[in-house]
Amino acid sequence: MADIADSPLANQANKSLEHENIETGEPKMRARDVDVYYGQKKAIDSVDIDVYTEFVTAFIGPSGCGKSTFLRALNRMNDTIPSARVTGTIELDGEDIYASGMDVVQLRARVGMVFQKPNPFPKSIYDNIAYGPKIHGLADAKPDLDNIVEKSLRRAGLWEEVKDRLTDSGTALSGGQQQRLCIARAIAVDPEVILMDEPCSALDPIATAKIEELIDELRGRYGIVIVTHSMQQAARVSQRTAFFHLGNLVEYGHTSDIFTNPTEQRTQDYITGRYG
Amino acid sequence: MSASTLILLVLGLGLAGWLVARSRAAMFRRAHGGKRIASLPNYHAWYAALWIVVPTLLFALIWAQIADNLVIQHVLASPAAADLPAFGMQRETMLAEARAVATGAAPGVFNPEAAALVEPFDEALTRYNIIGLVVTILIALAGGAWAFLRLKPDFRAHTRVERAVLGVLLIASLVAILTTLGIVASLVFETVRFFGMVNPIDFLTGVNWSPNPMTDGSNPDPERYGAVPLFWGTFFIGVVIAMIVAIPLGMMSAIYLNQYAAPRVRTWLKPALEVLAGVPTVVYGYFAALTIAPAIRDIAMSLGVQNPSSESALAAGLVMGVMIIPFVSSMADDSIAAVPQAMKDGSLAMGATQNETIKRVLVPAALPGIVAGIMLAISRAIGETMIVVMAASATARLSANPLEAMTTVTYQIVANLTGEASLDSASTLAAFALGFVLFLVTLVLNIIALRIVKRFREAYE
Repeated sequence: MADIADSPLANQANKSLEHENIETGEPKMRARDVDVYYGQKKAIDSVDIDVYTEFVTAFIGPSGCGKSTFLRALNRMNDTIPSARVTGTIELDGEDIYASGMDVVQLRARVGMVFQKPNPFPKSIYDNIAYGPKIHGLADAKPDLDNIVEKSLRRAGLWEEVKDRLTDSGTALSGGQQQRLCIARAIAVDPEVILMDEPCSALDPIATAKIEELIDELRGRYGIVIVTHSMQQAARVSQRTAFFHLGNLVEYGHTSDIFTNPTEQRTQDYITGRYG
Repeated sequence: MSASTLILLVLGLGLAGWLVARSRAAMFRRAHGGKRIASLPNYHAWYAALWIVVPTLLFALIWAQIADNLVIQHVLASPAAADLPAFGMQRETMLAEARAVATGAAPGVFNPEAAALVEPFDEALTRYNIIGLVVTILIALAGGAWAFLRLKPDFRAHTRVERAVLGVLLIASLVAILTTLGIVASLVFETVRFFGMVNPIDFLTGVNWSPNPMTDGSNPDPERYGAVPLFWGTFFIGVVIAMIVAIPLGMMSAIYLNQYAAPRVRTWLKPALEVLAGVPTVVYGYFAALTIAPAIRDIAMSLGVQNPSSESALAAGLVMGVMIIPFVSSMADDSIAAVPQAMKDGSLAMGATQNETIKRVLVPAALPGIVAGIMLAISRAIGETMIVVMAASATARLSANPLEAMTTVTYQIVANLTGEASLDSASTLAAFALGFVLFLVTLVLNIIALRIVKRFREAYE
């Protein structure tokens, strides 16, 4: 069986487009030959991936396979780990995000992130949302800020639940509400891509369903990349799936292909539960 | 027979009991064909040893108290004691001399009258020593026998030994608590005496502090015991000036160490900063009195201030602030480090800079811990004594000018306690009243600080 990492990714993408008939433009993000090291240890080996605004992209794979590491490379969150090093190119709209001229602050405003555990700031709901717009100077006056807060909460499907208690602490919400608050917080700075690192792993099934619904609604407006342990979740919310194993991208393609007709033996073993 | 030989004897008996009990337990085990017995042989051994040592030592402690009285009684009952003076120093001296000779601590008597007492002393000491020794050994044997009879294969010696250990730990913790209670009780007692002479209202609200140790016996002029200037001086030096120095510097160093310093820099800088906390306060006192105070006076003079004091509040406050930096810094460091990494990541992922993250997320999240650290630092600053004794002044003054001389509560406690006045004069007792107020204030500050810290911890666990 041919190693999928060697074959041109363009073919993969074209193949899935034939199935799907969705018009796509240029990929929003394009990763080529990306390696990530922690000190001497290579955590990600030569990964090529395209992220489209039109699709939700899911990263699946067993624990320790490097999917979260690769996700954090996409908005340079690995910079906060002193020993981490990234080689290869990752482009956002054709611009290399690891180029010396790239402003990390601007990059992270354009590529937002939602974490595994909901991490609202210990501030009011309003201030949690207003935090990003304030530091990026997106609102000049209070009414503008109010607008952004309402719009973000509406998009995250949280407005109806919290509109009467915007001054309550964000940490007083339930787990699922906290995670939607974090998504609203990410939306508030008007990003182009949102990275989600196992956003439902700390939530109950009902809250998970709400987040999945939300991801589907946000698709098309924002490029969404979601790391998940749950293959059902990947199958439900994504149109593109990438399977990582031991730091390698084993297979990347149309979600329905990955789950029904994988080309790689390792992918098949993983999705049929033989390991992982 | 001296106390140390007695203790050695008891410990020796204990060791013997330990060995015997251990071999007996080992025998049980062999008799059971090597199977498990209810407790390990070591527990049996400790059980027996404790039964020998603890009651014996308790008896020895009590005996040491009463044996002395019994000896004196015996000596006084002897005919030779009839010639002793009835009271006073001479009587005590003679008894002490005779005892010294009898125990072999002194070669001979100085007062010939004491010579006659040596004989009865010798007799009494020997008699009670023998009684004590015999009873000690009897108790040790009784304890050992009691323990030994209870040793059985199914005897749960480990629970008994655990209980004994628990008792020891409990007593150890009670010592600290009881000492604190004792301190409070003695403070309260003297304070009440002082408030019998000076009305507490006058003391707490008066603005004139000028006790006169020579004339203020037990009927002082309450007008002279207004402590407000002392409270003000303490507040101004320990809270205002010291905190203006310590809070910004402590916070900034904590933020640098926690967020910016490379690990190698941190491993050097943090201990270096903590050394500041280990410098004896008397050294800070020198520094304040001999270096900072004259420098401040010179600067003030060059700026055209008339007659600046060489014992300014500013000098004491500045040095105290430097002393407090490590307290503020290490509490702030701990609190910032306790803020979950997720919080920081969340902010960075929004595109906040590190500086914005620290200012808007980390410090607000760590604020309760930081505030608690500052309160502990304040309680330490207002209780600080050596720096103000060396660098502040004796003059009680209500003034907001940091260049003027001021005095503090702790300074006045030292001055009034070490003065010429007798222990029951008002000026001496005033020191206890001041100490009591200081104790209450620092106690309240500490309780509030600990509550804040506790709530803060709960928030993140």
